[in-house]
Amino acid sequence: MRKLLFRVSALVLAIALVVPLLAEGEKGILDKVKNRGRLICGVNKELPGFGFLGQNGEWKGFDVDYGRAIAAAVLGDPNKVEFRPLKAAERFPALQTGEIDVLIRNTTWTLTRDTDLGADFCPPTFYDGQGFMLRKELGITSLKELAGATIGVTAGSTTELNLADTTRALGIEVESIVFEETETLYQSYDQGRCDAVTSDKSQLLSRRQSLKDPDAHSILDVTISKEPLGPVTVHGDNKWNDVVSWVVYATFSAEEHGITQANVSTFKPESTENPEIKRFLGLDESGGMGEKLGLSKDWARQVIAAVGNYGEIFDRNLTPLGLPRGVNKPWTQGGLLYAMPFR
Amino acid sequence: MENNSPKVVSGKIPFWRDIRVLRILFQVIFLLGVILLLVILYTNMLKGLRGLGLTLNLDFLQDEAGFDISEGIPYEPSDVYLKAFWVGILNTLKVSVIGIVCATLLGLFFGIARLSSNWLIRTIATAYVECFRNIPLLLQILFWYTAVVGQLPRVRESIALFGGVFINNRGIYLPSPEPTSGLGIWLGFLGVGLLLAVVLYVVRWRKLQQLDRPGFRAKWALPAFLIVALCGWFLTPGRPFTLDLPVLQGFNFKGGMRFSPEFSALLIALSVYTGAFIAEIVRSGIQSVVKGQREAAKAVGLNESQTLRLIVLPQSIPIIVPPLTSQYLNLTKNSSLAVAIGFPDLVSVGNTMMTQTGQSIPVFAMIMTSYLVMSLTTSAAMNWYNRWINRVGR
Repeated sequence: MRKLLFRVSALVLAIALVVPLLAEGEKGILDKVKNRGRLICGVNKELPGFGFLGQNGEWKGFDVDYGRAIAAAVLGDPNKVEFRPLKAAERFPALQTGEIDVLIRNTTWTLTRDTDLGADFCPPTFYDGQGFMLRKELGITSLKELAGATIGVTAGSTTELNLADTTRALGIEVESIVFEETETLYQSYDQGRCDAVTSDKSQLLSRRQSLKDPDAHSILDVTISKEPLGPVTVHGDNKWNDVVSWVVYATFSAEEHGITQANVSTFKPESTENPEIKRFLGLDESGGMGEKLGLSKDWARQVIAAVGNYGEIFDRNLTPLGLPRGVNKPWTQGGLLYAMPFR
Repeated sequence: MENNSPKVVSGKIPFWRDIRVLRILFQVIFLLGVILLLVILYTNMLKGLRGLGLTLNLDFLQDEAGFDISEGIPYEPSDVYLKAFWVGILNTLKVSVIGIVCATLLGLFFGIARLSSNWLIRTIATAYVECFRNIPLLLQILFWYTAVVGQLPRVRESIALFGGVFINNRGIYLPSPEPTSGLGIWLGFLGVGLLLAVVLYVVRWRKLQQLDRPGFRAKWALPAFLIVALCGWFLTPGRPFTLDLPVLQGFNFKGGMRFSPEFSALLIALSVYTGAFIAEIVRSGIQSVVKGQREAAKAVGLNESQTLRLIVLPQSIPIIVPPLTSQYLNLTKNSSLAVAIGFPDLVSVGNTMMTQTGQSIPVFAMIMTSYLVMSLTTSAAMNWYNRWINRVGR
């Protein structure tokens, strides 16, 4: 009896001592990723163009490439990344609990998410807006005509809220059906369960390709919201947020300077004159910018060598969908992409 | 000799060797250990949340929800989160209660059918049970939703049945009864009918007892009630109810009653799946009644249905009820799979709330508490029923 008593108290004591220790042992995410030798990145798996699991098990897409870019910057190898497919409603809990290091899943930056959700946003990589897709045969051209319609939307997204806001502002009533899975949403739209689907325009374009008869559907020429999509890190780890942010800026900056995946290796310390490019690619004498971020000297070169500059990432993934660059152009060409100075 | 006897200094044992004290002490220490563990886990959670800049509170429940819910009690996006959650609870309750009734009927029917002497009926029942209880429920729900309900014709090509019933892939539309001013009069008739029925029931019961013969106790009461109700219906000026017919307006049908495809698919899937399990429970309950009972019933001249109703079922129900309760609980909890097909149940609404507000832990706790309350209520009711059956039966 006393032996048992002793064991139980020892167990309780051990738990009492170990549990807080486990909590204390946490280091920054950057160190965690380096120690692990692998980046864990939360992505979408059902959105061709952004995040998509191909037939041979290969991940493809715009967001996926950014995951690879971060792995290249931190670990020097774009393949040292594990992609976790997440549903819209799962993504923030996954980020909060540390299950993923970074969330790159067409996630909109909003005030509530920035504050209440414990998320820190990195610069948007894609400026989108919410639109509507419906059957051409309905002959509808404006939102008001959608009164009484059934509209499909995914759960846990800003689109759900924007839809409710818009219909309230217009004073029309619609029936909205909320689906957990993007797949089920578009399937039931295809079957005629809903008259229209609402989502980010890029997603509508991307998903229209996989409908039974893509030409029978049109995307309404209205944009009801601003959707700045970008990578997200967990709140409170500023160092890690800096790393992800500057990886994004690196892709912008490379496009501004005309550095591409093909020509990045031609930049040599001797031949390169431009001091900003030298600093950017780590060709200068000093430690370069990498040291300040806790990365290697040639981190930006690794990023560009792995995935190319912003324009190349866009062309590889989104241009085939018929998505125009729109405002997603460098600021020098009148777009919104503006890399902060590498200095 | 005195030296060999055990030394008893006094009648008292020191407390650390007193088994009665130790027993209590042990339990107290164990309890303290559990509490300590919970406190550690809780503070650890709070610490983690603080690191993320999150706080635990329920204030957000009074904020405007901002999202729409496709079905349930009247609700607007401008209502608060608490109201949205309540809509979710009621939707879960709706599908669970109707599902339990349907599953019980299906289970009872197929359970008895599995023991039928008719080869065809027995085989069909066996096929039903083996097929539906061996396929994961989520797949069944998706099957009913996309392959059955989803394949119904579009709105404009609706199947129109007699009396204003329309079926399409937006749902099943039925005429709904709208109460008129005459409803009160008719309810009066119903009251009188009920009173009459009770009297007739008791009279018939007494008579059957006097004769000491089995029989249908409501044989007089039921027709009497129906006749009074029917007479009342036609005597009420303007009829107690008018029918609100569904009419195609714009995109969808308006008016009448509607079962959405999500609700229908979920209800069918839950009923059919749970029904298969209940069928097995019913079968085992019936088979647990010893053969001699049936033979004795046959010997005293009871026919098949009388044997089942008077001899077999009363003895098997006490055996059926406890596992049946588990199935009811399972059905309620399984309804959370609704989220897959967009039925706004408790979990679906809760998920939206979590992503909208970031308050995962409080919302999770609310969802768990809701299911716990529903389940505990169900099992309390079933336990009470079980005790009542046992008291009457034995």
